[in-house]
Amino acid sequence: MTLTYHLQIVNLLAALLLLISFAMLSQRRIAGLITLFAWQGAALAASTLLVAWSTGQHHLYYSAAITLVLKVIAMPWYFFHIVRKLDVDRDVEPMINIPTTMLIGIVLVIFAFNLALPISELSGTVMRSTLGIALATVLLAFLMMITRRKAIPQVIGFLAMENGLFFAATSTSYGMPLVVELGVALDVMVAVFVLSIFFFQIRETFDSLDLKHMEKLKEK
Amino acid sequence: MQAGILLQLAQTLLAILLAPLLMGWVNQCRAWLQGRSAPPITQPYRTLRKLFHKDAVIAHTASPLFRFAPYMIFACMALAAGIVPTLANDLPFSPAADVIALVGIFALARVFLALAAMDIGTSFGTLGARREMLVSFLAEPALLMVFFTASLISQSTELPVIVDTLAHQEFAIYPSLAFAAVAFWMISVAENARIPVDNPATHLELTMIHEAMILEYSARHLALIEWAVALKLFTYSALGIALFLPWGIAGQGELGMLPLALVAMAGKLLLGGAVLAFLETVSAKVRLFRAPEFLGTAFLLAVLGMLIHFLLEV
Amino acid sequence: MEIYWLLGIPLTGGTFLALWGCRRHAPEINALFSLATLAAAAWLTRRIIEQGPLTVGDGWFFIDSFNVFLVALTAFVAFTTALFSRPYMRIEAEHGRLNPQRLRLYHSSYQIFIGAMLLALTTNNMGILWVAMEAATLATVLLVSLYRTPASLEAAWKYFILCGVGIALALFGTILLYFAAEKVLGPGGTALLWTELDGVKGELEPTVLQLAFVFLLVGYGTKVGLAPLHSWLPDAHAEGPTPVSAVLSGLLLNVALYAVMRSKVLVDGALGTDMAGNLMMGFGLLSVVLAAFLIRRQTDVKRMFAYSSIEHMGLITFAFGMGGAVANFAALLHMTMHSLTKSAIFFAVGHATQKAGTQLMDDIRGLIRTNPTIGWGLMLGTVAILGVPPFGVFASEFLIITTAMHDHPWATPFLLLALGVAFASIFGKVQPMVFGETELPKLPYQPALTPVFMHLGLVLMLGLFIPAYLADWYRQAAQLLGG
Repeated sequence: MTLTYHLQIVNLLAALLLLISFAMLSQRRIAGLITLFAWQGAALAASTLLVAWSTGQHHLYYSAAITLVLKVIAMPWYFFHIVRKLDVDRDVEPMINIPTTMLIGIVLVIFAFNLALPISELSGTVMRSTLGIALATVLLAFLMMITRRKAIPQVIGFLAMENGLFFAATSTSYGMPLVVELGVALDVMVAVFVLSIFFFQIRETFDSLDLKHMEKLKEK
Repeated sequence: MQAGILLQLAQTLLAILLAPLLMGWVNQCRAWLQGRSAPPITQPYRTLRKLFHKDAVIAHTASPLFRFAPYMIFACMALAAGIVPTLANDLPFSPAADVIALVGIFALARVFLALAAMDIGTSFGTLGARREMLVSFLAEPALLMVFFTASLISQSTELPVIVDTLAHQEFAIYPSLAFAAVAFWMISVAENARIPVDNPATHLELTMIHEAMILEYSARHLALIEWAVALKLFTYSALGIALFLPWGIAGQGELGMLPLALVAMAGKLLLGGAVLAFLETVSAKVRLFRAPEFLGTAFLLAVLGMLIHFLLEV
Repeated sequence: MEIYWLLGIPLTGGTFLALWGCRRHAPEINALFSLATLAAAAWLTRRIIEQGPLTVGDGWFFIDSFNVFLVALTAFVAFTTALFSRPYMRIEAEHGRLNPQRLRLYHSSYQIFIGAMLLALTTNNMGILWVAMEAATLATVLLVSLYRTPASLEAAWKYFILCGVGIALALFGTILLYFAAEKVLGPGGTALLWTELDGVKGELEPTVLQLAFVFLLVGYGTKVGLAPLHSWLPDAHAEGPTPVSAVLSGLLLNVALYAVMRSKVLVDGALGTDMAGNLMMGFGLLSVVLAAFLIRRQTDVKRMFAYSSIEHMGLITFAFGMGGAVANFAALLHMTMHSLTKSAIFFAVGHATQKAGTQLMDDIRGLIRTNPTIGWGLMLGTVAILGVPPFGVFASEFLIITTAMHDHPWATPFLLLALGVAFASIFGKVQPMVFGETELPKLPYQPALTPVFMHLGLVLMLGLFIPAYLADWYRQAAQLLGG
């Protein structure tokens, strides 16, 4: 172990990120899910900040700030607002039971670590080994999107996936160029906005945010 | 060499004698936290003395196994408590202190307990044994995973080596150990029949696990089992301390360190007991069918810890 | 300079229509903005033809023969679709399916969608390309659910979630690409510029690029509608308003494929193997065959043509996967033909379904009698898309299949079988729609079918003879793609 202490803390935060992903998979309530999402954003922002500080990559400060504002404060607040307005904080009802989901999750983590290993060896960043965790976070969020049938958890899965991608960019190459990162942040913001309009439309039409009403379009 | 054997004996005896004290301390803390007037810290000793002075009553249907089991269980626990490094690290029995062997010793004690519980043929005994097996079936692999994580870091499954590696290297943050520590805590709670998996203080048929198995025991047999329970709690605490807070355990030939080690150990145990009591007070017992989920989480954490070790710390 | 006009006009249009889109003349304003975009595109095209590839704005934009051809096509189809949507959406509003607010949303999103696609086509930055693709998706999500029917909401949700996942994978691919590039070009904005990457593609780390391409192909491929990630496409096409189906099918799929091709050029350079091409051929062939067989089972006319789009995109992907000058040429030609023909078909289908009040093919009969223009438009469009000579689709399909026979004979039977099945199913279903018996009265209004015949005329012309400068242009583009 020749890493400096703040990089060890970055590793710890990365591990925390993975843990939160699993917690999100096992979470049954929407409110809990939103809180976990906020925590995930916080871990992400903190690790980005530490990396920025320890490597002197100034544009990462902006990235950290964007994450903090958008994903820790604005979006969770907005989601809570929607949940309250639509009154939907009930159980999330995953399609597969939770222990099975967890087992699939572990398999995904092993897959992600294996996939990332040859790539992270090529990288020159100090936190390259966390690429596997980033990829695992993406895949776990993906799993969450597949196994949930309510609208809000699916969207949170989508955003968690974005968190994982962001972390991947930081860990392989200290983040994308700032313009691209700003563009991505803008897109995510618009996506959340569009989706919230969508929630209301779905709610109005089906009187529920349960997507099981939305399985009519199938191949006959 | 002779000093080593003496020290080993002293450590084992100390563990056996002090174990009920730890139990008393936990009970006392819990009483304080719950706002009850606390029993004296020596209450477990009094109970043991009382039980040893009674005449044993044994069911007609009991086989010799039923009488033999308490001795076996006590012996297993005493051995385990003796070989886990509590005060000094490098003792004559140290090579026996292999983590996998340790899991085996616990399993042996558990098998005898379960067999004895079923021996009489009462429904409660069988029920308790089945529940115990359910819990341990899930807890044991998780415990092994925790041990593997620790041994991956030190490249050995021998406890003294693990302790030595962790205690004497430059301080580093191991995310994997943090995960393993949480998992270990959850497993200890389950294995020692504490809240939220089991409640040692009640005899409700819907929920009890451990207590259901020892309902038929009385007098000296019961005393031995109670003592073994205290020893188990002590052993798990010592294990946790050895794995995750190893500082202060005397190393090879550091006899001068012993008083300090004693103080450190006492401090850590007092703290650990208080934390255990606190967590038991703030959490509610889960339904029996939720216990697999609780232990599944522990297993998940342990596995994640191991995977993270491979990713981040190699 | 042209480039700023090209991107500025649709974005201004989007903002303008967002503010004033509920006025009575919004459809005309929409068409006007599209016309202006087309003019800018034409201007740009002329300049590229005269001066060759161009890098504008500090390397932020890059236009060569490959993308300028798509820019021209996009601007043209966007304009004709705007023309078509003018009377079409008005009638929808009269039928009470839309209100002024939704029309405003429609017009504004339409312009933003076009702007985003043009940005995706012209940008030199692979990251911005991703951002623009995502923006194009977001702009259309609300368009698909414009009618607010349960089915349209479901389709839009599926569209968003599937494409969101796909595009997230593409972002991961982009991150990997940046990672590989950053080691050669150094950190900062230039490492994602396609021109820079193209210059050093031989030095990029092959392992990373290989993985990056898999993610990019799967990610953008979701938007192309490649099987097995196609399931959003028929729903979105069938449930959205017809002009949206036309631009989705005719334009968005092309732009997504464009993104894949840009990545393929880099990966081919770095790897020096056929890995990227083989992957694309595999996905392409699977899509062609799967879609052809699914077409048979459709009852909804828009769904059926959506599957036909999957089939044709699969064919184009397959052709690009084969690589080589002829295959690339054929793929580019087929891209053009498909865009023009498919949007023409959707225009005709739009009027037909609007009149019949249903999208079920069994309930649409005798178009030739109720309105000969619609009937002939649909019939000719169908014949064209099925690859009957002398239409241009025949020429490009013929080229693709002969190349496949030559280079990859094993694939030919699958292609021929799929095309045959698609031909039989589509023709068998459209024929009674056009020539069947009906009791419906004649159409009270004259449909706006100028765009249909404009498109079909072009397709016919290109089938009979390709002007020398156009052929030259395709050839150049094919060369750029590694011909």
